[in-house]
Amino acid sequence: MAHAYTPGLRVTKQAVIRKRRILPLKGEVMVKVGDLVYAETVVAKTQLPGAVSIVSIMGPLGCEANEVPSLMLKKPGDRVEQNEVIAEARPLFAFLKFLTGQVHSPITGYLEKVSDVTGQVILREPPQPVIMKAYIEGNVIEVHPEEGVTVETTATFIQGIFGVGGETIGEIAVAVDGPSVELKPEHIKPEHKGKVVVGGSYVGIEAIKRGIEVGVAGIISGGMSDHDLKSLLGKDLGVAITGHEDIGLTLLITEGFGHIEMAGRTFSLLKEREGLRASISGATQIRAGVIRPEIIVSLTKELLAGTNEVVTKTEDGVKGGDPVRIIREPNFGKLGRVKRLIPELMVMESEIKVRVMEVTLADGTDFIVPRANVEIIED
Amino acid sequence: MFKKNDPDLKVILATDCGSTTTKAILIEKIGDEYRQTYRGEAPTTVEAPFEDVTKGVLNSIQEIEDLSGRTFLEGEEIIHPSRPDGTGCDVYISTSSAGGGLQMMVAGVVKQMTAESAERAALGAGAIVMDVLAINDKRLPHERIEIIRTLRPDMILLAGGTDGGDVSKVIQMGEQISAADPRPRLGISYQLPIIFAGNVEAREKVKETLGGKFALTITSNIRPTLEQENPWEARQKIQDLFEEHVMAQAPGYNKLIDWCSAPIMPTPAAVGLIIRTIAEKEGINVIGVDIGGATTDIFSYFRVEGKGIYNRSVSANLGLSYSVSNVMAEAGMANVMRWASFDIEEEDLKNRIKNKMIRPTTIPHLLDELIIEQGLAREALRLAFIQHKELAVGLKGIQQQRDIADAFNQEATGATLIKMMELDLLVGSGGVLSHAPRRSQAMMMLIDAFQPEGTTRLAVDSIFMMPHLGVLTSVHETAATEVFDKDCIIYLGTCFAPRGDGRPGDRAMSYRIELETGQTLEGEMSFGEIKLFPYGLDDKGLPLRGTALISPARGLDMGQGKGRAVKGEVYGGVVGIVLDARGRPIRFAQNRQDRVSQLESWTKAFNAYPERKGGM
Repeated sequence: MAHAYTPGLRVTKQAVIRKRRILPLKGEVMVKVGDLVYAETVVAKTQLPGAVSIVSIMGPLGCEANEVPSLMLKKPGDRVEQNEVIAEARPLFAFLKFLTGQVHSPITGYLEKVSDVTGQVILREPPQPVIMKAYIEGNVIEVHPEEGVTVETTATFIQGIFGVGGETIGEIAVAVDGPSVELKPEHIKPEHKGKVVVGGSYVGIEAIKRGIEVGVAGIISGGMSDHDLKSLLGKDLGVAITGHEDIGLTLLITEGFGHIEMAGRTFSLLKEREGLRASISGATQIRAGVIRPEIIVSLTKELLAGTNEVVTKTEDGVKGGDPVRIIREPNFGKLGRVKRLIPELMVMESEIKVRVMEVTLADGTDFIVPRANVEIIED
Repeated sequence: MFKKNDPDLKVILATDCGSTTTKAILIEKIGDEYRQTYRGEAPTTVEAPFEDVTKGVLNSIQEIEDLSGRTFLEGEEIIHPSRPDGTGCDVYISTSSAGGGLQMMVAGVVKQMTAESAERAALGAGAIVMDVLAINDKRLPHERIEIIRTLRPDMILLAGGTDGGDVSKVIQMGEQISAADPRPRLGISYQLPIIFAGNVEAREKVKETLGGKFALTITSNIRPTLEQENPWEARQKIQDLFEEHVMAQAPGYNKLIDWCSAPIMPTPAAVGLIIRTIAEKEGINVIGVDIGGATTDIFSYFRVEGKGIYNRSVSANLGLSYSVSNVMAEAGMANVMRWASFDIEEEDLKNRIKNKMIRPTTIPHLLDELIIEQGLAREALRLAFIQHKELAVGLKGIQQQRDIADAFNQEATGATLIKMMELDLLVGSGGVLSHAPRRSQAMMMLIDAFQPEGTTRLAVDSIFMMPHLGVLTSVHETAATEVFDKDCIIYLGTCFAPRGDGRPGDRAMSYRIELETGQTLEGEMSFGEIKLFPYGLDDKGLPLRGTALISPARGLDMGQGKGRAVKGEVYGGVVGIVLDARGRPIRFAQNRQDRVSQLESWTKAFNAYPERKGGM
């Protein structure tokens, strides 16, 4: 039988993390298997073909398309400078040279193609370099020829539920006293510049703006509001596909929308790693091939010493005693433990008939909830 | 090897590899009829850590094995053809939308003509159209090139020019595609497939421009003349290339292709095929809708001057989980809230919708949450239907005089082909409709969103098996249509709704319905009212029948003109007969209190919800 899948986000003190760092198109790999790389190390690079300009020759020179090749002063592959004459139509007689028609290049780059069908030429700007950084500190364990590498590290690994903004790196700084405290503008100090600032239950737009002003690398919070997200992005986010926003920092929420206390384990792990460098990414893709935002803190030898614990999360499904969070109304955001899994289908208030479980909430009350409406959290 | 339409075919196994779930069904010949007997499902395994679609397929088939007691698997292989010992199946077929389905860009010369024809062809083949490019799309060439480069489609369909017409414009578009040099989404090192379906005289130049750099396929012109649209060959090529190129790049698909007795079809293409088959077989006009978590697909088949015209649209960001936040953004809060008869803080509701977006698998526990979700469904369906009507227009298969100047000047290529008064059957599919706790909720959602006019039958797909049946039509049409009638479709009933507006309380129509059971329903309806008469199925599970005489008031039309009575057949269903005198379009009260009373009376007429236990 196919088993029920109860989603859960990884919050792991120590795990082996592997990251594939692949270029968008083929290029050159700069490192080899076994190399130690830092987050900023360039592991692969390539050249992105430059932007294209299409210039009509036929129109300005008043000729037919098939005459264009003969009027070109440059041929495919030739370099061109901005404003350089690339095509010219001379009159039949020299004394009419004032009638000479010319076409100038609008860009500096190369002539790529001359078309005798459309009477146009294609000019291309010089290629732009694209680099791929390691993003995490670790060892190169595999080279994908001409494409990139896989980097492996042992790290503290925390997944958020939603984020905006791309990959960044910064030292972790916990700015609030506990997971239930809202991160306010006054918590963010000038010394947080370049750091990943950790809040508690909520972050409002004023605190985010303060973070941008100070120049923090990222903010991590339990919750935020839909309204503030809209203000931050300047538009309503219709689909959760993020990671390319240019908002001045990377924002990562761990629990959801609204005021929601950050899970105790997440907060205490971040507190424990305070002062260490974290690689964070807000990239979220909630579709097939789900991508969640992440915090990766590569662990030094000293931190690894004394323990061989390497936790690998398994998708065993939920069982009695597991700590869970309720992820839909009623009791949204509340924590509890699974009291028992009820095998029979049950009818909810909405009359939907579903598989359920009984959860004992933190205040001691028992609550029957659809299995789809809980997620496992880690102790 | 099996024969097409082989009467000896007894055991058919079919899977649909969706983005998140792989669904398997078993169809067996029992006596003289084909029936769907068992169903299994398992998470799709295209993505890491499995990266092999066949694992999910095997898991879903394993579930059928557990339920049916029949063995289909031998190790990691499907046994087919079946063996004398009663193991295996005669045919195994599959559809797929895993890994994001088929994502295409289309290009033409004139936006309203060849580009629009190309868009319809791609959609009809089951693709998601990422962008439509045309020489007159008001973008500069470098902007177009940038878009082509950024979007990374699976395939490009290039149309343009009528046969014997101008060559330069389509070559211009080809040059821009070549300059952009787009990389395929899947597989860094394979050539991007491009289908050229334009002016036959441009073929050699197109080969010069695009051949070598891309996997170029040339097919017949999609728009050979201004008055003709010819999408069939291009559609077929798209589907062939989908399997040969795109699917072959996705993890595990080579193995799956080998297992299948027929080509793997994109899921929406298969749904379209079964809808088309049913419409043609019954001689009716049909609209089908599949509302999912991320997208809403609408399929229509309408007869125009005796010729059937099939259209499909996909609203890529209208769905009830992944895209639910976009439904709210596009519909507007007021439109979502008009379906709720209780108060809720706007900020709270928005946060809840965002939380559904980021945790898309959760389900409504509370009644109010269900009501909100069904309100969002109405809006998603309404918006998707608007998009469908805008696409299902124009020249397809009909002769129409128009010159190129008209096409440049017009916003769209003519009137929509979707005539609600002529619609015979509306079929809903997707979790919110197929699994609504009460069938009357599904019927209400369909009526509210699509607002059928005149006489229309409504149905839902019981367990989302239309994709399986669609691909089955390519192997065994009889089996597909029999299962469609007996196991796939659940008839909800018939809706009678006059078109037009009126004043609340004024007479809207009178009715006299003689039922097969001998009972007669007779009465008058006031404008704004809606009534439901339960009228179900016979012993064989087929809808009970009857005849109805509906006489609309002077300003209202039931299909024969304003004020003119219509007489026709009525079919029962698991919900019954609906008399809807709310007008078309449905008129909502302006005042909040009145609107709430209105909603309460409508839902009460349908017995749609249990009594609410206080607010949220």
